[in-house]
Amino acid sequence: MAIDKFLVEASHIMMFARSVGDANPIYHDEDYANKTELGGIIAPPTFAQSSAQFDPDYFLRPKIGGEGWFGSGKEPSGAKPSKDSSGGGGGAAMGLHAEQHFEYHKPVKAGDVLTATTKPGNTWEKESKRAGKLKFSESVTEYRNQDGDLVITATGVGVQTERAVDS
Amino acid sequence: MLKENEIKVGDTHSAVLVEDLKRTQIVQYAGASGDYNPLHTDEIFTTQVAGYPSVFAHGMLSMGLTGTMLTDYVGDGALKKYGVRFTNQVWPGDTLTGKTTIIEIREEDGEKVVDLMIETTNQNDVAVITGNATARIES
Repeated sequence: MAIDKFLVEASHIMMFARSVGDANPIYHDEDYANKTELGGIIAPPTFAQSSAQFDPDYFLRPKIGGEGWFGSGKEPSGAKPSKDSSGGGGGAAMGLHAEQHFEYHKPVKAGDVLTATTKPGNTWEKESKRAGKLKFSESVTEYRNQDGDLVITATGVGVQTERAVDS
Repeated sequence: MLKENEIKVGDTHSAVLVEDLKRTQIVQYAGASGDYNPLHTDEIFTTQVAGYPSVFAHGMLSMGLTGTMLTDYVGDGALKKYGVRFTNQVWPGDTLTGKTTIIEIREEDGEKVVDLMIETTNQNDVAVITGNATARIES
């Protein structure tokens, strides 16, 4: 994943904060935020995840112009499962999120324009009683602001399961 | 921001993050984050194709809800690190409680910080998130 322009906007921060149950005015009230030491609206700690909105190729967003989408429509799935995606939740590319780590180097503020570059990290496998063979893979994303300063390092660990996880 | 002379190792803070999680809140998170994986919002796909008993929350929704509890405690812009493992799925109807515990007060890069342990549990006392964080404090 590479994102050339992640526009950090106040209205997006407001919507994101609402969705995680956060009523803190630092995320939606400019007058309040301007008077704090931070000097303006900032992004909540997990906001960088919404950079997916700015990734033109993000695979978990229905695309405009009819590439199909694997969610239900007339049929339970709008796309045929690909050969290598049997089990593991069925359908296309059913990875689950195993871990997420953020390091914060500088505050991310409304008005910032970030770039993001992602590099693959370690991979490993594990047997599990609840979901069969698990294949883990790590990815490390660096977010930089308009001044070129590193603001966030995000490390995600994804897991492909052999079958749906027993609950 | 936390003040060094007002805290000690072992201090805890907890909050109810969500009661009776609604599918609509999961949809709200999908829209805000941009993650439209149907496993989180499409009951028909998730039960009939993917083989799960119902849709379930994005791990990042649970991490975001837990983050709200965390920043309410340590203050705005104080976090240096925040990391979690997703240990169990979160389902519609779940009630989540987040708890954080101070495990160390120390110095890092010339400033005072606290290390925190984090655990978010559901109504059955099952951990759905375990993790840790480091936050700046006032000395």
